[in-house]
Amino acid sequence: MDATARARDLLGVTRLSDSALTSWLHSLPGVDQVGCEARAASLGTRSIKTTSKAWAIDLAISMIDLTTLEGADTPGKVRGLCAKALTPDPTDPATPRPAAVCVYGDLAAVAKKALGSSGVNVAAVATAFPSGRALMPVKLADTEDAVQAGADEIDMVIDRGAFLSGDYLTVFREIAQVAQACVRPEGSRARLKVIMETGELVTYDNVRRASWLSMLAGADFIKTSTGKVSPAATLPVTLVMLEAVRDWRDATGEMVGVKPAGGIRTSKDAVKFLVAVSEVAGDDWLDPYWFRFGASSLLNDLLLQRQKLATGAYSGADYVTDDSPSLY
Amino acid sequence: MSATVSAGTTRGPGAADTRVDVRKTYKLYIGGKFPRSESGRSYEVVDHRGRFLANAAQGSRKDARDAVVAARAAFAGWAGSTAYNRGQVLYRVAEVMEGRRAQFVAEVRASEGLAERRAEAVVSQAIDRWVWYAGWADKLAQVLGGLNPVAGPYFDISAPEPTGVVGVLAPQGSSLLGLVSVVAPVVVSGNTVVVLTSEQRPLPAITLSEALATSDVPGGVVNLITGRTAEVAPWIASHRDVNAIDLAGAAAADGVSWGDLELAAAENLKRVVRPAGAGSDAVEPDWSRTPDLSRVTSFLETKTVWHPKGR
Amino acid sequence: MATFEYAPAPESRSVVDIRPSYGLFIDGAFTESQGGSAFKSVNPATEEVLAEVTAASEADVDRAVAAARRAYQGVWGRMSGTDRGKYLFRIARLLQERSREFAVLESIDNGKPIKESRDVDVPLAAAHFFYHAGWADKLEYAGLGTDPRPLGVVGQVIPWNFPLLMLAWKVAPALATGNTVVIKPAETTPLSALLFAEVLQQADLPPGVVNIVTGAGATGQAIVDHPDIDKLAFTGSTGVGKMIARSIAGTRKKATLELGGKAANIVFDDAPLDQAVEGIVNGIFFNQGHVCCAGSRLLVQESIAEEVERRLKRRLGTLRVGDPLDKNTDVGAINSQAQLQRITELTAAGEAEGAERWDNGCELPAKGFWFRPTVFTGVSQTHRIAQEEIFGPVLSVLTFRTPHEAVAKANNTPYGLSAGIWTEKGSRILWMADQLRAGVVWANTFNKFDPTSPFGGYKESGYGREGGRHGLYAYVATGDAK
Repeated sequence: MDATARARDLLGVTRLSDSALTSWLHSLPGVDQVGCEARAASLGTRSIKTTSKAWAIDLAISMIDLTTLEGADTPGKVRGLCAKALTPDPTDPATPRPAAVCVYGDLAAVAKKALGSSGVNVAAVATAFPSGRALMPVKLADTEDAVQAGADEIDMVIDRGAFLSGDYLTVFREIAQVAQACVRPEGSRARLKVIMETGELVTYDNVRRASWLSMLAGADFIKTSTGKVSPAATLPVTLVMLEAVRDWRDATGEMVGVKPAGGIRTSKDAVKFLVAVSEVAGDDWLDPYWFRFGASSLLNDLLLQRQKLATGAYSGADYVTDDSPSLY
Repeated sequence: MSATVSAGTTRGPGAADTRVDVRKTYKLYIGGKFPRSESGRSYEVVDHRGRFLANAAQGSRKDARDAVVAARAAFAGWAGSTAYNRGQVLYRVAEVMEGRRAQFVAEVRASEGLAERRAEAVVSQAIDRWVWYAGWADKLAQVLGGLNPVAGPYFDISAPEPTGVVGVLAPQGSSLLGLVSVVAPVVVSGNTVVVLTSEQRPLPAITLSEALATSDVPGGVVNLITGRTAEVAPWIASHRDVNAIDLAGAAAADGVSWGDLELAAAENLKRVVRPAGAGSDAVEPDWSRTPDLSRVTSFLETKTVWHPKGR
Repeated sequence: MATFEYAPAPESRSVVDIRPSYGLFIDGAFTESQGGSAFKSVNPATEEVLAEVTAASEADVDRAVAAARRAYQGVWGRMSGTDRGKYLFRIARLLQERSREFAVLESIDNGKPIKESRDVDVPLAAAHFFYHAGWADKLEYAGLGTDPRPLGVVGQVIPWNFPLLMLAWKVAPALATGNTVVIKPAETTPLSALLFAEVLQQADLPPGVVNIVTGAGATGQAIVDHPDIDKLAFTGSTGVGKMIARSIAGTRKKATLELGGKAANIVFDDAPLDQAVEGIVNGIFFNQGHVCCAGSRLLVQESIAEEVERRLKRRLGTLRVGDPLDKNTDVGAINSQAQLQRITELTAAGEAEGAERWDNGCELPAKGFWFRPTVFTGVSQTHRIAQEEIFGPVLSVLTFRTPHEAVAKANNTPYGLSAGIWTEKGSRILWMADQLRAGVVWANTFNKFDPTSPFGGYKESGYGREGGRHGLYAYVATGDAK
């Protein structure tokens, strides 16, 4: 069933219109900002120790989309990042690998070549990332090119302008069309992550509505941010998204993944997100297939903590390899 | 020969140049109506020299019960009316009293044995007291309430609210000024009231009830019961649908122990205003002194409302 | 490891030094009792005896009141507000400095989770002193009336649910306004008050300004009945509150009473549901439900009742019940065997009356006093569990159809302490807030407290307010009043 037909079905309407989407999205319960942030803060006070911590660190590593999204990216840098993904910690081969390497579409082929059949996926951003300000044919071509270059996952951006102006149908159609563009010639498809750029949506009510709209249109993942807008992946925003995928499963039986991206730099932060995943969405989501961190420096901090747990001594930056040092 | 309390000159019956005056039947004031006591009883009211003035209804515990029902029924409407409206109603009481001041003066004179000038002054003060309290109606929330600067993203505001149905033992001595001084501060904020009037000097209270009935005070907001304080007060003090009680009238009331009444009031945790005085004594204060807000605040609750501030 | 498990993360007990036995803190020093007996304070999570504490006799209370009277007349009552304030600031700072110690001790003695004692009780207690410190030399500006003056010696009796915080609510305004204090902590939770005595010593508070006498009901009664007490402040049950009101009837003692409640937490169909569920949970399971303003009656609009119940039960599945000193514990131990019995009895009555009982099925420790977070659905106003204060982690769920019905049910109780409203419709919040006969109304939040915000009840929930400018009224005389 295509996305529109399914949406009609879910909404109980014969024609999917802007007003049908509006009444559906606006009937979702509101989010009280203060209460939501208080809940996130309280989840953040959970204390994780010893074996749970070791487990959480390894899980977090395995959930990373190791990311480089800069104008200055080169094939060399991407290859370096891929090498890092394949061998996060040369001193400990038992270290898990990140879930994916995330790059611009034009470098997807480079990444694919470097990662091969290692199991580490290639994720490519598409649809005129990060602003999304392009005509639809351009966005679709962007997507198709990346898929063709070997991307296993596509990270698209929604048209925030359309969303904020209430043109939900446009947002829906774009996502649905990009999801179609993720289909490979032989019928398999790249998984689609829908970046809502929550920092530009500003309110949690908008985040909730954008989450449901994205899921309705066929998102495999809902993702907070491009990393180019601040604030990016905050815990409360992620909390709202976790509530959305939880309630979506209640409503449809389907699971959708969640990816906070941008601004998560420390192990401590990562663990807070995992606590939220566990307590809000449930342990089914504690799996790299359903939860990702979009991050770059987070990996090394997790490795430092991992070494600390292994040796009992605090580690230092010189003891973890760095494949994406600053240009400057 | 009996002393009447009409404003005009009085002569004995049969004097050729005067008509026989029409005397008033003094009744209770409950729920905006003027019933006789359900008990059918009345008692003799005499002036300060012991001369017969009138037969007043001798209210019973059942009259008190009916009055509490009336007061409770009137509470939501009165408390829910705007403060501006309550202020106007109280001011209207003053206006109507002013129009009847001759009658009040006569009754206060007869009841309290005051010289005419003194009685005039007392009635003036009683009227002015309504005016003073009337002006408070729409200021209490601003003066007594306000925003609380809590350490968090919350709008937090406290405002006074009326406590509910209040029982009042009106002063025994000051039959009008004292009465107004204890009733006005109760009702200005939206409480409704059941008043036991001065036992020996009930007539100005009854006339006041007539002023109340004709001055836009909704029925049931003020209920006045004449009778024996010692008989009825315990029923009000122990009534579980009465939220507060003012024991001012326990001073010099025959057979009344304010401590016993407070004890009874403890059963439903009534707010209690004790009579003035030290120790177990109760004295009637000088009602001519300018009041402060304490009689108002004694019958107020503070309600605090929190709400998050978010986008 | 298949699921995400939190290993125990206990707060270290080593920061507190509990003495084997305690005397009474009278006139600035710990003293032996005259004719009093001893009782034990127990850790409700382990049933371990923590210390032996003195049950003050009438003679002890007499000594304490005499010390308070001397301090009032000799020092405190005549000290400038500025200097009184400085002592209160000192106390606030000392509480902050020793916050960890207080938090751990409070959790050990009371059974409450360390995250609550650490994040709520102790910081709020310090904040109360800080707030009131500033009032000490500004009482003329508080709008209390002309010439605000202290009343004299204040007797205070506080409950076991927030031992240190209730002490702060009582002591801070009393001292700021120039009164001296005789305070009795609750029988089952005396230790933080006794540690507070050390804070007073470190602050060099003049002897006798605060006297701490431990004991049970008889000690409290001795305070209430003492002829040289000018004012009483009590927090506790409505039953005891009424006894106090009777005791002082016919005297000139003033009183403020902060008593029980049976708050309605009202959820409309347009509520922010996820936050409402959090608010419901916080409303009744915060501090094991040992909260006078707990949202113990959930009134949920019938159209969303099933959904709310489903979400609520799912949420309760994540509540962690256990060791109060574990930083991950959400619900700690029931404070005493007696309280556990009362909760057990009332919940049995709920079942017997036909309400449907559900609990989250969590494991409970073998020793100590514990009760699973419990929800009763299908509750009616006539059920005991909808009328009586359970004072435990037990929620009664009722439904309503219209705002009027919600108000009528919410107000249909002799209590009137607090209420909650959950709706995104602003005008409805304001209308509801007007209609509810309760001293504190939380809209789209619950169980929030602040030193600046007055707290206290309508009807049989007591009289007087604590906190904020309003809380000062209870501790001063103004104008001509004696």
